[in-house]
Order: sequence, then structure tokens, then C-alpha cells
Amino acid sequence: MSATEISAQATQMPATWQNVWRALKRVLREPLGALGFGLVMFVLVSAIGADFFAPFEPNKIDIRAKLQPPSAEHYLGTDQLGRDIYSRVLVGGRIALKVSLVSIGIALVIGLTLGLIAGYGPRWLDNSLMLLFDSVRSFPTVMFALAVVTLFGPSLTTVMIVVIVTQIPIYGRMVRSQTQALRDAEFILAERAMGAGFFRIIAMHILPNVVGPLLILASMDIPFVITIEAGLSFLGMGVRPPTPSWGTILNDGYSYIYNTPWPVIAGGIPVILTTLGFTFLGESLRDVFDPKLRKEI
Amino acid sequence: MLEISRLNVEFTTERGVIKALRDVDLEVPRGSIVGVVGESGCGKSTMINSIIGLLAHNAAVRSGSITFEGSDLLQKSQRELRDIRGTRISMVFQDPMTALNPVLSIGAQMTDIQYRDPIGMAQKKQRSIRMLSRVGIPDPETRLENYPHQFSGGMRQRIAIAMALQAEPALLIADEPTTALDATLEVQIIHRLKDLQQSMGCSILFISHHLGVIAELCDFVVVMYGGEVVERGTVRDIFHRPAHPYTIKLLECDPARIAETTRALPTIPGEIPDLVNLPPGCIFADRCDRCIKVCREQIPQTTEFAEHHWARCHLAGSMAET
Repeated sequence: MSATEISAQATQMPATWQNVWRALKRVLREPLGALGFGLVMFVLVSAIGADFFAPFEPNKIDIRAKLQPPSAEHYLGTDQLGRDIYSRVLVGGRIALKVSLVSIGIALVIGLTLGLIAGYGPRWLDNSLMLLFDSVRSFPTVMFALAVVTLFGPSLTTVMIVVIVTQIPIYGRMVRSQTQALRDAEFILAERAMGAGFFRIIAMHILPNVVGPLLILASMDIPFVITIEAGLSFLGMGVRPPTPSWGTILNDGYSYIYNTPWPVIAGGIPVILTTLGFTFLGESLRDVFDPKLRKEI
Repeated sequence: MLEISRLNVEFTTERGVIKALRDVDLEVPRGSIVGVVGESGCGKSTMINSIIGLLAHNAAVRSGSITFEGSDLLQKSQRELRDIRGTRISMVFQDPMTALNPVLSIGAQMTDIQYRDPIGMAQKKQRSIRMLSRVGIPDPETRLENYPHQFSGGMRQRIAIAMALQAEPALLIADEPTTALDATLEVQIIHRLKDLQQSMGCSILFISHHLGVIAELCDFVVVMYGGEVVERGTVRDIFHRPAHPYTIKLLECDPARIAETTRALPTIPGEIPDLVNLPPGCIFADRCDRCIKVCREQIPQTTEFAEHHWARCHLAGSMAET
């Protein structure tokens, strides 16, 4: 990329930020959008500031205080080892967000690249990439996850690899179909008639058209990834103890459900809240950006 | 300056080989405006795409040459063609609603197409503003920030013209630039194009269905039918002394020429011949009411009547006299 192109993008920035701000205002005007945005901000802040907010060291064992109900000292009670569940939920949220944001981010970049190549490139490349995507998609996610875990052993990295591999085809397919619709559009032909080359058309003209819907799709995938992480951790196939994760909190609580219901409630509610938050936000973003669903101009 | 001679283009399809262009001859002298008329499917777009080297994958140029500024465009590599597109040859498209990228501001698009010029961002912006005011966009500085949907159709077409003329090309190809606009805007755009053409001294290859626009704007007219150029002449020749039966019919069908109230608009009966299985004789024979035996058997040769005026018809000579 030449210096002039970089400066070209720099001059576009103000307009772009203005648009982001305008879109955000429209999201906040809808009750569900505002709720989703609030929940997401809440989860983000509590995950980022987990160490600051957590009153206890999340892995500190205090066996005398095990399985306590919520109290002024332990806001969400304690688990079977006497660990403070409130602190564990906060730190576990950071892991959930780390897994979802990092793996979705990686899947997004790879899916976008492959999708652009498949959509704009020659047909044989398109066909082989589609074959690859369809093969990956045809595995049930959980079966695939269990197979990968069996091969590589349970860890956070394994969970992330599973998420990346299963999400790439979703993004790739979407980008491909959008690119194919765009590549015969008249403005692309106009650009080609103006002498624009392959990379210029992809970067300047197709990418900005594709990236909006893709980001919305990704934001709606975050809860799905969080549930995969929680699910695998619940099955003992994800995060290894003693690392706190919403899934392991649920799993531990499940074993002692006859003694106390609090660990299950404390582990389940953040999963529900985060899922709802990202889903609401994603849906209202889609409404804002999809002109067909837009209620007002 | 642009000279197409004996150009043959074929499309390979499942149905067979479509002979989309056959022995097309066309000449655009420097500084002139050449209009191309013909009904849909007569090969106008194929001809344009051959000039700019953006033919579909299943198309092939069988023979002929396209000479532009002294060199044959058909012999050039895609790289060399890309250097010509947008600098020496530019294009304006039919539908201004779809010819601009909907997600980029006008300013971003206009500065982007100047990527070849080694000048700074501010200068590119200045040039865009100058160009926009030349095509008659009021308040161009602030309008640069706007997106295509914030402009009306006529404004968008002016922006497209501004973008095409920004690099001061030698040849502007205008593919039905006013078809999607209403009549008032059409006149405005036509006058603007003519003004710009005269001040820049470029040539224009102007494609249109609208005979009135052609008469108003062009110096020469090329009439195409079924993948062939059937007649060529100055505007005066074509409109006052048409020689080919198709041109005569086309002029009769122009609604502007109808003098009396009528229930049915005049049409040319029949359909365009199948370009896969061509008739052995004249391409227009099936729809021509003056068709004689020789028309069905032999492909007519070019008959020249005057300088710059010729037609491909067996009867052309006799008709021009009457």
C-alpha cells in the first residue's frame, strides 16, 4: 500500500467515525438495542476490570467456608472448595470473552480472505474452497470439538481452534455470496473501465460493501461461541481446572446441586445475560444497517 | 483516432457460437462525437467492451483490429490496457443509480480513481472539486463528503461524467448515459457533455436509443443491426438521406416524428435473427419490406454514396437516388 492510499484512508476517518456515532445513536433509540448495548458494555467492563472488582483471589481455597449461600462477604456464595464464586464469575467472564473475541476475530479474517478469493477468483478455486467449507460444515460442531479434544487434549487453545475452524466456513460462505453479487455490479465494471486492478477493486470497493454485514453476523456469533466454551468446559473438555470459566463453575455446581443451588445459578446467569446482550445488540445493528429493515431514513 | 476495422467477436455458449459482431467498421475522428444507434442486442455493448478489453470470459475476438492512437488495442496485454483505461479512454455507464459504489463517499471515489497521479491528497481533492463544479454540481466542497444515495439521478450521472473526464481522456465512451434519466435532465446532460467535449477537445463515442439525442449531439452516426454496422454517415446524411431500409424504418419509428394522434406506435415487425444460425444473405432480409431474391442469397457489400456515408444494402444505390 502506498503512502497516498494510507493518507486517503486517513481523510475518510472523520466521516467513518461520524457514521459509527450515528449508528450507535440509532441502536440506543430502540429499547432492545439499548438493553443489548448496556448488557454488552456491562459484561465487557466487568471482564476487563475482573482483577479490580474481584474481592478474592479466584483460586484461593478456604475449605471451612465451602458451599455457602450468598452473603455480605461472598456475594454469590462459595463453591465446594470454599472459593468465592463472584470472583470466579468475573475472571471466568474474561476467559469467555477472550475465547470468543480472539477466535471470532481470527475466523473473521481468514473467512473474509477465503470468501473474497472464492467470490472473485477463478471458478476452480471457488469450487475447491466451497468443497472445503462444506466438508467442515457437515461435521456436527460438538462431535468435531470432541474429536479435536481427544486428539490434542483439553485446553483453552483447543477450544479456540474448534471455534475458528467451525466459524471460518460460515463467514467464508457469506463473504463469497456477497462478493459474487457485487462483482458483476455496474460500479465494479465502471471501476474496471477506469483501469482499477484486482487489488484495488477488492480493497476499495468490495471489502467496504461486505464488511458491515459480516461484523453484524460475527457479533451475533459471540454468544454461540461463549456457549461452546461453557459447554466444552462443562463436559470437562475445555478450560482445565483450577482456571475459572462459566462452564467449569456450572459443572462444579452441578455436582453439588443437592447441597446448594447457588453455584449453578451464579454460573448460569452470566451466560444467559451475555448471550442475550450480544444477540440483542447484533439484531439491532442488523436493523440499523440493513436498509430493507430500517424503520426510518 | 479510434478506428475499428473488420472486427469479429464470437461468444461460445451451450447453444452454439453466437456471432455477436461481424465485420464491424467504425471510425471516431479526433474531436468528434460519433453516435451509435440500434435496438437491444445489436452488439453495441459488445463493441464497447471489445474497445476497453473487458469482454466476458466466453467471448473471443476472431479477427479485426481496434486502432487507438496509432496502436492496436487487441494486441495489448491486460496490463497495458489497464494503463489506457481511465487515462486515455474513459467510460460513462447507463444507470447512474448503480454506477457508483454505495458505501463510499463521492470524494473517496473521486480521489481513489486518481491513484495513478503522483500528487498529494489535497491536490486530488482540489481537482475533484474543480471537476464537480465543471459538471455543474453546486457547492462541490461539501458535497464531496456525501454518499451516492444523497444525490439525485441526474446529479449522479454528472458525477460519473466528472469522474470519467477527470483524467482528460482522448476518448469518452458513453453507454446510453441518459436512458435512465427523464427528458429535462437528458437535455441538460447532453448540453453539459457537449460543452465539456468542446473545452477538452476529446472525442465521444455515444451509444443511445434516442434518435433525438443523437441528432442533437453527434457529428457522425453509426447504425447497427444484428451485430453489423448497416449504415454510417454524418447526422445530416442519416437523418435526411437514409440509405439502408433499417435506418429508414428506425427513423419512421421515432415517436418524435409522428405527426398525428395514433393508437399504435409504429414498429418494425419481426425479430432480430438468431445470431447462432445466421441467414445466408442480408441480416435484415426477414424484416425488410423491400427484400428481393438477392437479399436472401448474398451478403450485401458496402456501397459508398458520399464521403463518410455508406450502407450495406443491395438496394442502397437505387434507394438513395429515389
